Amino acid sequence: MTGAAIFHSHLFEAVLQLADDHLILGHRVSEWCGHAPMLEEDLGLANMALDLLGQSRALYAYAAQIEDAGRSEDDLAFLRVELQYQNCLLVERPNGDFAHSILRQLYFAAFMHPFWQHVAACSNDETLRGIAGKAEKEMAYHLRHSAEWVVRLGDGTEESAVRMKNAIDDLHHYTDELFQGSPALAACAEDGVLPDVATLRPAWTSTIAGVFAQGLLEMPEVAHPQTGGRMGEHGEEMGHILSELQYMQRTYPNLQW
Amino acid sequence: MPDTMTPLWEVFIRPRNGLHHKHVGSLHAADASLAIQSARDVYTRRGEGNSIWVVPSSQISASDPSSGKEMFDPADDKVYRHPTFYDIPDEVGNM
Repeated sequence: MTGAAIFHSHLFEAVLQLADDHLILGHRVSEWCGHAPMLEEDLGLANMALDLLGQSRALYAYAAQIEDAGRSEDDLAFLRVELQYQNCLLVERPNGDFAHSILRQLYFAAFMHPFWQHVAACSNDETLRGIAGKAEKEMAYHLRHSAEWVVRLGDGTEESAVRMKNAIDDLHHYTDELFQGSPALAACAEDGVLPDVATLRPAWTSTIAGVFAQGLLEMPEVAHPQTGGRMGEHGEEMGHILSELQYMQRTYPNLQW
Repeated sequence: MPDTMTPLWEVFIRPRNGLHHKHVGSLHAADASLAIQSARDVYTRRGEGNSIWVVPSSQISASDPSSGKEMFDPADDKVYRHPTFYDIPDEVGNM
């Protein structure tokens, strides 16, 4: 790795942040493979994980192309240290029970769906418009699927409602970070490449409020939002994700398959 | 999860416009809309279709296997019911 000598444009940084979000969440969701509560949902979760990993691949490949420093999408995905990953904290949260995982998916999809819609319709970056065209449809499905589950668990049995409420208590304070963005994301919004993430909040809030109302769940007040991921400040769990995610590339350098 | 909360659904997929929905299998789901979503994940991962029907398995009435002989054997020796004794003009195309 070279690193220090390379000038990183804000476009590179922003694309990398998006790629990190999708890689880490895709990895998290893939951890369900073979462990879901029922076969049908096992396939559903694996499908969503593959969508996210596919989106991260496209984004890493584009980031590598922007950087133009000889690093490949694999180098970016697998050969950085923890501080260099700039995903938001929400996506690295542990799977917990099914309620936690499906709520995390709802929070993320309710953010990314309007995000990609905006990129597909308005971005002046042709590559990102292409990525967004595919991602928008995939996120629409993630949103629909996770919302259906949150409604059914919230308005389900006594136990499912308790689990859903616990998930909201544990995860809601990680959602603020989605709308804080980063200097790189803000600069890309200035350039008309990406939406200003702060402007996506009303749509997100109304989506989540609608789902919660149907699921007889309450929107919590967040006193202390958790942030830091965009600056490389991660929770303890991030190291565990990376040790598993990077194992093959670290053990067999330049492995291809 | 007890089975009563996730009853069985039969899944029908239409591969292309103009074709029939065809039975492809079954799955467990809490209700119709989740059944359609699961059917999408389980049965259309490789581009198998563009339309899905789901039907509660309990709503399907089936013929009795033990009366199979009286139901189906009488058709065995009536080959003249097959439309194979006619010359079909070329203009008609596939039938």
